[in-house]
Amino acid sequence: MEVELCPILRSFGSEQNVLSRPDGSASFVQGDTSVLAGVYGPAEVKVSKEIYDRATLEVVIQPKVGLPSVRERAREQCIRETCEAALLSTLHPRSSLTLILQVVHDDGSLLACYLNAACMALIDAGLPMSSLFCGITCAINTEGQIITDPSVQQEKESRALLTFAIDSVERKVMMSSTKGSFSVKELQQCIAVSQKASEEIFQFYRDSVKRRYSKIM
Amino acid sequence: MAAGFKTAEPLEYHRSFLKENCRPDGRELGEFRATTLNIGSINTADGSALVKIGNTTVICGIKAELAAPTVDAPESGYIVPNVDLPPLCSSRFRPGPPGEKAQAASQFVADVIESSDVIQKKDLCIEKGKLCWVLYCDIMCLDYDGNLLDACIIALLAALKNAQLPEVTINKETDLAEVDFQKKNRLKINRHPTASSFSVFDDSVIIVDPTAEEEGLSTALMTVVTDEEDRLCMLHKPGGSSLSGEKLQDCINRAVMRNREVSKLIDKVMESVKAKK
Repeated sequence: MEVELCPILRSFGSEQNVLSRPDGSASFVQGDTSVLAGVYGPAEVKVSKEIYDRATLEVVIQPKVGLPSVRERAREQCIRETCEAALLSTLHPRSSLTLILQVVHDDGSLLACYLNAACMALIDAGLPMSSLFCGITCAINTEGQIITDPSVQQEKESRALLTFAIDSVERKVMMSSTKGSFSVKELQQCIAVSQKASEEIFQFYRDSVKRRYSKIM
Repeated sequence: MAAGFKTAEPLEYHRSFLKENCRPDGRELGEFRATTLNIGSINTADGSALVKIGNTTVICGIKAELAAPTVDAPESGYIVPNVDLPPLCSSRFRPGPPGEKAQAASQFVADVIESSDVIQKKDLCIEKGKLCWVLYCDIMCLDYDGNLLDACIIALLAALKNAQLPEVTINKETDLAEVDFQKKNRLKINRHPTASSFSVFDDSVIIVDPTAEEEGLSTALMTVVTDEEDRLCMLHKPGGSSLSGEKLQDCINRAVMRNREVSKLIDKVMESVKAKK
């Protein structure tokens, strides 16, 4: 399989510990897309939501305007289950973790940006995790080219849109959410491109953590 | 003894079966439960279908209404799917507004309709900018025993194939719609999507068509939607343990086979209904 492995991501950046009230917070910016994330917990849990052997994770997405709709609910589910797989929630049984994601601006690849912001906030909160994860969006345009980290305009012009969450240990697919139809070959190419692109984001995670804690030492 | 083991250590109980490449209900790892289909089950709906996958039972009714097209798409009608999980189907669902599971399923069905182009929305338009069909696809689960999404997509496709809409013309003089109930047309089905669900045990063993119990014990769930040309319409994996590209490929290959099985089933049932008339 011939794959052109030169994923281009828009310039991205992040700031941790931006809010004072949450236990962990981060903002993540990819191009013009920006998401603010806050994590509360481990805290007391409502009896109805208590799980006896692990922490209960709740994810809330706040859109920029209006109230959260069914689309946001479906995305909340995807993000929650991705975070649950990465977090070692058995270390905090009978407690609650709340992750709030606030959209600041949407210019494409929003789901990927949610995931990246969520991961940075979880790192900031210092919660134990088995692996890190990152989100990558690929768009396949009408000519069959794969565009990584598309903007809203590129998303509109695309034939298919695929978002993956990649884990940092084995670079495997943790989450996948797609739109539009595509062939199996295109899917495998998109996964390969996403795995390649994830390296860049994981390197960024590592650098930002190193930079932050080298000051304290 | 076995019953006690199952209650006390459900995961260990399942593992002991998976080790021998089989499952507690006697199925192999890649085997679906018996799927039965009944179409035209609701007389008062424009189209309907009842699907059973093992114990999971889902019914879909289609109601067609006339409406004005939206401003941003004056040349197309629209389809409004809704999945309902009433307290009747399982003790895990409470009465009240739809829970997360029902909302996620509704969104999934809407995404499949959108991605697969099962019906071209332009076909639902009667008069540009004035009149179009709205298809309300209400899917209700009667018995929840896992693999809801597969059942929903089969029910939706069969109900759409069963649907008949009366002919509507616009009277040029009065500018009013005239409905001819004597003349009924079938919908033009553009693509035939089929969903196949998989569940992952202990981050490694993949089984198809999980029951509710298996879904609860598994570390990840995944649903692959393919159409008759073997193109993927959806690869829905909401988190859970990670899978490599090769494992995904195995799942896709199984999903392609499942598509053939389901198409054959739908065609057979459609044929038998026609024969009765």
